[in-house]
Amino acid sequence: MSLEIKNLSKTFEEQDAVQPIPALQNITLSVNQGQFLSVIGPSGCGKTTLLRIIAGLEKASAGTVLINGALPERPWEHVGFVFQEYALFPWRTVIDNIAFGLEMKHMSKKERYTKAREYCKQFGIDGFEYCYPREISGGMRQRVAIARTLINDPTIVLMDEPFGALDSQTRSQLQTFLLQIWQRSQKTVLFITHSIDEAIFLSQHIIGLTRRPGSIGLSLPVDLAYPRDITSDEFNRYRREIIRFLNAQQNDEEYSSKASKIVTWYEYKRALC
Amino acid sequence: MTARRMKRSFLFPVGLLILWQLCSVLGILPRSVIPSPVHIIAALYELLAEGLPRGSTLNMHCLYSLLRVACGFMLAASVGVPLGILCGWSRTVRDMLTPIIETLRPIPPLAWIPLAILWFGIGLTSATFIIFLGCFFPILLNTISGVVSVEPILINAARTLGASDRQIFLHVLLPGATPAIYTGLRIGLGIGWMTLVAAEFTGVKSGYGLGYMIMTARDIQRPDLVLAGMAVIGLTGFLLDCIVRLFEARALRWRS
Ligand SMILES: Nc1ncnc2c1ncn2[C@@H]1O[C@H](COP(=O)(O)OP(=O)(O)OP(=O)(O)O)[C@@H](O)[C@H]1O
Ligand SMILES: [Mg+2]
Repeated sequence: MSLEIKNLSKTFEEQDAVQPIPALQNITLSVNQGQFLSVIGPSGCGKTTLLRIIAGLEKASAGTVLINGALPERPWEHVGFVFQEYALFPWRTVIDNIAFGLEMKHMSKKERYTKAREYCKQFGIDGFEYCYPREISGGMRQRVAIARTLINDPTIVLMDEPFGALDSQTRSQLQTFLLQIWQRSQKTVLFITHSIDEAIFLSQHIIGLTRRPGSIGLSLPVDLAYPRDITSDEFNRYRREIIRFLNAQQNDEEYSSKASKIVTWYEYKRALC
Repeated sequence: MTARRMKRSFLFPVGLLILWQLCSVLGILPRSVIPSPVHIIAALYELLAEGLPRGSTLNMHCLYSLLRVACGFMLAASVGVPLGILCGWSRTVRDMLTPIIETLRPIPPLAWIPLAILWFGIGLTSATFIIFLGCFFPILLNTISGVVSVEPILINAARTLGASDRQIFLHVLLPGATPAIYTGLRIGLGIGWMTLVAAEFTGVKSGYGLGYMIMTARDIQRPDLVLAGMAVIGLTGFLLDCIVRLFEARALRWRS
């Protein structure tokens, strides 16, 4: 088992919060080595929080996360994280961004550039090695971000809506590309998305999170052969099932009555910025 | 475009100078109120050739002033930048130091002159200390705000890419804060330069220094020499800022 999450809960207790914000509730989930698993759920249900806890960037309020069967002291050393916003270092060129992890391991400049160039070629970013992030397109940036993560050879790759900000054409290009890399490298991937089609197109298993506090409301294995045809009837069956789940989240009576109360200071401040 | 803008930046001030000269010639601005540009240029030549007091030429005054500023500024930068990064990085350190910083900051550097003379006597050390005080706070505060404004997501990214705390300090916080650090250095240098001249006015008596030179000109009642000295101070300050800007532009190519 590559990743095991047991009874994970998270409540934000900020000093300036009006009340504690429960973000995740009792998540139990295991991901096999090499599995591609997607998490889908309404906005603000705690998807990013889940990934951050797995990566050790945030502490869980309760529950455990095991990576390769152990409770790692520094979880971030075992995972690769591709962020919702690309999070490239703007002061580094493309190649220096990609080689960042190698540089931190004190690999010589020659060695790490050789390796980074290989990745550039593989990721279709050759020719842009010496550009700065602001000089390349969003699609390119996301390729760089993925290359930068994979060059470190992490056991588990966490991807937080990596294609959310891209136009649909670039997006589907990168989806196909990601599948190729995944099939070649056999990495464990935990992929977060808002897009139903993206989840079905990519993953072997789909987890649906409920409204905040997010808990597992849907666990759906996707038994379709790759590459998948998004116009096929089977694809549509999965689509229907997920849409039904997500709609149920929206129409949830209990939610709408609670919703107005749980506008937190955190969200208030975020909205103001 | 750039050439046109440079021309603009050059022609307008020159036009004003010509206007000023015209007013002087026509008697609208009598010499007793303000000397004409031509007189000031002549005075400048006098400062360069004969010196004030006689033998102490302008370039020596400049050199001494620059040396004082260089010492104070270097010291302020080498303390202010690391301390600023530390304060930005650690909330504990920030909480501990903020009240001290904010109490010391409003004290004008010139108010320190008596203490400086008591501690270091009259001389380079004293001047360095006063200039240090002038440069230090803008550098420190800008560095802190630069570090604080580094996006947390970049720190998280570095962490998941295997960077240690030390490496995050060096490879994320420092470059991320660089734009703000440069702003701090530029403001600090400007204030340091202003502090210098004022410090030379009152305290520092080594026989050389632009402030000292201006005071001498005042004593012999030569407004043209005073204005020439002021012009040199202004232009040198401008030049210093240009030099820092040059470094800044090179270091921040990724931003433009
Ligand atoms: N540091 C924090 N302090 C307080 N509340 C937080 C914090 N981080 C997240 N939250 C709250 O926790 C909830 C879950 O946030 P999270 O970012 O995980 O949602 P998400 O599912 O990733 O949303 P999106 O789909 O918009 O990316 C949100 O209601 C958010 O306001
Ligand atoms: Mg999110």
